[in-house]
Amino acid sequence: MQNNNQSLSKNIYTVSEITRDIKLILENTFGQVWVEGEISNFRPASSGHFYLTLKDEQAIISAAMFRGANRDLKFGLEDGLKVICFGKIDVYAPRGQYQLIIERIEPKGIGAQQLAFEQLKNKLAKEGMFDPNHKKELPLMPFCAGIVTSSAGAAVRDILQILKKGAPGVDVLIRSVRVQGETSAKEIALGIQELNEFGKADVIIVSRGGGSTEDLWSFNEEVVVRAIYNSKIPVISAVGHQINQTLSDLVADYFVETPSAAAKIIVDKKNSLLSEIDSLRHELGFAVSEILNRLSHNFVALRHMLKSPMDRLLEKGQFLDELNSSLTNNMRHCLNMTQLTVGSLIKRLDTLSPLSVLSRGYSLSTFVSTGEIVDSSEKLKPGDIVKTVLNKGAFISSVQEVIKNG
Amino acid sequence: MAKEKQSFEEDLKRLQKIVEELSGGKLALGESLKKYEEGVKLAQSCSVTLNDAQRKVELLMKNNGKYSLDKFEDTDSKEE
Repeated sequence: MQNNNQSLSKNIYTVSEITRDIKLILENTFGQVWVEGEISNFRPASSGHFYLTLKDEQAIISAAMFRGANRDLKFGLEDGLKVICFGKIDVYAPRGQYQLIIERIEPKGIGAQQLAFEQLKNKLAKEGMFDPNHKKELPLMPFCAGIVTSSAGAAVRDILQILKKGAPGVDVLIRSVRVQGETSAKEIALGIQELNEFGKADVIIVSRGGGSTEDLWSFNEEVVVRAIYNSKIPVISAVGHQINQTLSDLVADYFVETPSAAAKIIVDKKNSLLSEIDSLRHELGFAVSEILNRLSHNFVALRHMLKSPMDRLLEKGQFLDELNSSLTNNMRHCLNMTQLTVGSLIKRLDTLSPLSVLSRGYSLSTFVSTGEIVDSSEKLKPGDIVKTVLNKGAFISSVQEVIKNG
Repeated sequence: MAKEKQSFEEDLKRLQKIVEELSGGKLALGESLKKYEEGVKLAQSCSVTLNDAQRKVELLMKNNGKYSLDKFEDTDSKEE
């Protein structure tokens, strides 16, 4: 009891006192420290503060990163991520816990920006933003190029110069934006949206004339990637860079490494169309001369075919002429023959004529009333008037008496 | 966009079709010559459109929700 009292009188802490002393010792001993470990049990709170545990093989330590510190964090914290934290050791008296209050955090072995890039890239890839099937064809010939870049930069000058030289008919619509600095990503995204809304451009070149990875960071930002993805007008990403592709490159319908190369796409399109038109023109001429050749061949062949019937016609004509003349001769001959025949017939007729009998003393009687020849007395009756023709002259008489068989 | 630029794609497609038809050689002479004439005209207007050298370089701006276009002073063209 006495001992107890002694020890009590010597040094008895209340919980608060000992905690306060621990707090003082810990916080004063370590001050600000760098701690390396792996994140586990990461819990973002609705207040905006982050709570997590850092661990290695043998130990763990609680950690907190308050809203004010994590607001500008470029990459996302997640379990398993190896990090190096800068902060101070704090004792949280209400729970008797010591913890690391993180002020800055860096991924280990990889830059924060790089990590942020990878994380965003994975996230957007999962959404299908880099899907080749979503990529749009450039128009057959872009007659108006929209450019989202700084109007004061080298990119716009390069593009204008190359277009002027190679495709001087292509209109250019510049939507000037800041291409670096805090607001630049939002401006670039808005520029793409506005060119879509305005609608005149048939291709959009999102460009900047080069710079360090940090300078080009806007072209890796989510808002820009989404604006490019959502653009109805095909987008060419032309961010001057040597090493890594930007996310803009990945999401754009086409990407090239320099602003000049973007302009050259348009110039090349124009030139290849011109040569296509040229060859179409040739084909057109060739096709028509083919048609004309074929027709003229046909014509010659037809003329050959026409020539022989003509000849045959001439032959027939000659034959006809021959026939014609022999026909005339024959006719004449026939006619002569006929005349001769008719002459002799007439002579023969003369000899057969009953009239010639009269000259030998015979006479011929006919009924006056009917003209019928009286060749039998049976046809007669007394009183009939008959005409009797003699060799010379005639007379008319009346029948006195009919003698049968006289 | 100028009218001829709007119809450029259609004109080119029509030209391609005419060449195809003529090469097929199935058309009557009169029809062929008509198409040829049309094709030559289309080829001409297409190349004229492509070779056009009148460009406009403008700055797109939006103020109070309204778009406006400003002439862009192209430093390069000043040098000429």
